[in-house]
Amino acid sequence: MEEITYLEAIRQALWEEMDQDERVFLLGEDIGAYGGAFKITKGFLEKFGEERVIDTPLAESGFVGAAIGAALMGMRPVVEMQFADFISCAFDQIVNMAAKHHYRLREPVPMVIRAPYGGRLHAGPFHSQCPEAWFVHSPGLKVVAPSTPYDAKGLLKASIRDPNPVIYCEHKYLYRHAKGEVPSGEYVLPLGEAEVKRQGSDITLITYGAMVQQGLEAADQMSAQGIEVELVDLRTLYPLDTETILASVKRTGKTLIVHEAPQVCGIGAEIAAVIAQEAFRHLDAPVMRLTAPHTPVPFSSPLEDFYLPNAAKIASKLKDLASY
Amino acid sequence: MSVGTEDLLKFYYYLLLTRGLEDRVAKLYRQGRILGGCYVGSGEEAISVGSACALESRDVIAPSHRDLGAHLVKGVQPKEYMAQYLGRRTGLTRGKDGNVHFGDLSRHIIGFISPMADGIPVAAGAALAFKIRREPRIAVAYFGDGASSRGDFHEGLNLAAVLTLPIVFICHNNQYAYSVPLSRQMAVPHVADRAKAYGFPTRIIDGNDVLAVYEATREAAARARSGGGPTFIECETMRMRGHAEHDDASYVPRELLEEWRRKDPIQRFERTLREREVPEESMRAVQVRVLKEIEDAVDFAEKSPLPDPHEALEGVFAT
Repeated sequence: MEEITYLEAIRQALWEEMDQDERVFLLGEDIGAYGGAFKITKGFLEKFGEERVIDTPLAESGFVGAAIGAALMGMRPVVEMQFADFISCAFDQIVNMAAKHHYRLREPVPMVIRAPYGGRLHAGPFHSQCPEAWFVHSPGLKVVAPSTPYDAKGLLKASIRDPNPVIYCEHKYLYRHAKGEVPSGEYVLPLGEAEVKRQGSDITLITYGAMVQQGLEAADQMSAQGIEVELVDLRTLYPLDTETILASVKRTGKTLIVHEAPQVCGIGAEIAAVIAQEAFRHLDAPVMRLTAPHTPVPFSSPLEDFYLPNAAKIASKLKDLASY
Repeated sequence: MSVGTEDLLKFYYYLLLTRGLEDRVAKLYRQGRILGGCYVGSGEEAISVGSACALESRDVIAPSHRDLGAHLVKGVQPKEYMAQYLGRRTGLTRGKDGNVHFGDLSRHIIGFISPMADGIPVAAGAALAFKIRREPRIAVAYFGDGASSRGDFHEGLNLAAVLTLPIVFICHNNQYAYSVPLSRQMAVPHVADRAKAYGFPTRIIDGNDVLAVYEATREAAARARSGGGPTFIECETMRMRGHAEHDDASYVPRELLEEWRRKDPIQRFERTLREREVPEESMRAVQVRVLKEIEDAVDFAEKSPLPDPHEALEGVFAT
């Protein structure tokens, strides 16, 4: 097993899928000679040529629309949003054209939109957002948000092979901060399956993306105090693995949901509602949430640090919950 | 290039079928026998019929809401169209979507959706797939003057231009975007003036002349197929009814409608057929065939089952 970064895992998944399936091609801004804003596609132009690594004009709706058209013709386009924040420019094509197509016409739209998202890089209101809930709320889309290099690679390969439009949320902070072992051989992870990243019997901590590492650090702190936290990493946000969520909650009776996106109508709200409906008599405490506040993502360090959940804030919430 | 009698009669058949089906649907709408809104392209039939007849069978079209003729040329059956309007399971979307929101990739038609101009970049993407795979196919995107104000129009045209895609853009300039006249939509006289900015050939033609549309599309399609990139064809026409059947279009000056009524594409084409000495009995046979197909379509649709309620949950995802 080789230890690689989250960024390298995404690069490998793209490379391998392009290498073995000529239907797979890339569209996006600055992904060719420049290799992408985060250098994910460095070297791809040289290897796969300009017909499969397409630098587009700065027109998100246009190139997402083009990806949909190519997907309808049997291609497997992978679109890179330079930043997830710009996905709003293509919102109509995604939620009206791509998401509803199969429901209306029974024709698959196999495409992936890679969305580099999330904060902690001091990038301000327009380069830090977490737009995942917008798409979870739109029937017809799958939404993926891996937390480790292993998951990032296996889930991206699955997303490319899926016959549906997939919004693949890749966390920018994890690109170079998350390292982990990835097998050298071929593997694919199924969409729609959460993973228990840490077992524990006292509290269930449900999260995804960059908050998984923060949650694991908080869980270690709690363990030193004799409280064992079970961490469920959602990995896919739609379809949501309610089975894994409910099984854990029923064991522990206490739940904390953590995400970096704002709280109102976020993923956590849906999970809390599912737990309230399906596991009410197993609960020993109210389902709690720790999320960003309902504000844009602020720029300056003290503001962004205040805005984002982190290990210390998670540990503090876990303590409250343990003593409930 | 001269079009033979067989092709002339084919154009005539699709023109009459388009007009007849839409008139019939409008009547059903007034009788309260269809579900939802009713959108027709009365007076604009020559555009979708003439252009679609100029394509190869495997070329892909992305029609808009006044392009029934192109659907029919590509093989959509009148009974499927009627069943779609009636929300039946036998319609092209099995009752999942209504009126002109349909398509069928097995017949090389990309399904239309309501946000205007969305089909333009999608058609460009189909053309991109053909280019990558080196297939000798082209895509055709249809839209109206109203759609040309949306970003997707500009993004799609520009993308097609910089990637030299095999695509033809066909604009129905029918003078009105719902209730707003062209002069309030753009400060240039023609939609083609906007398209010119993207660096490929544009043409402005008489959209009520089916042969002119056919010829212009043939030329543009040949250019696209040979690697020459996109062409923009602005077809000048007039929307002869409201935006949809609920709209009496009282905001349109009567004299403007009268002027365009004299240019009706079907009456004009009938004069052409007679000038070219197409036998009256052949024309008559087409008229009889069309009337029967329309009545059969209504009958089929009204006898078709409605979807079961639980089908509302089916098909969100491909498996």
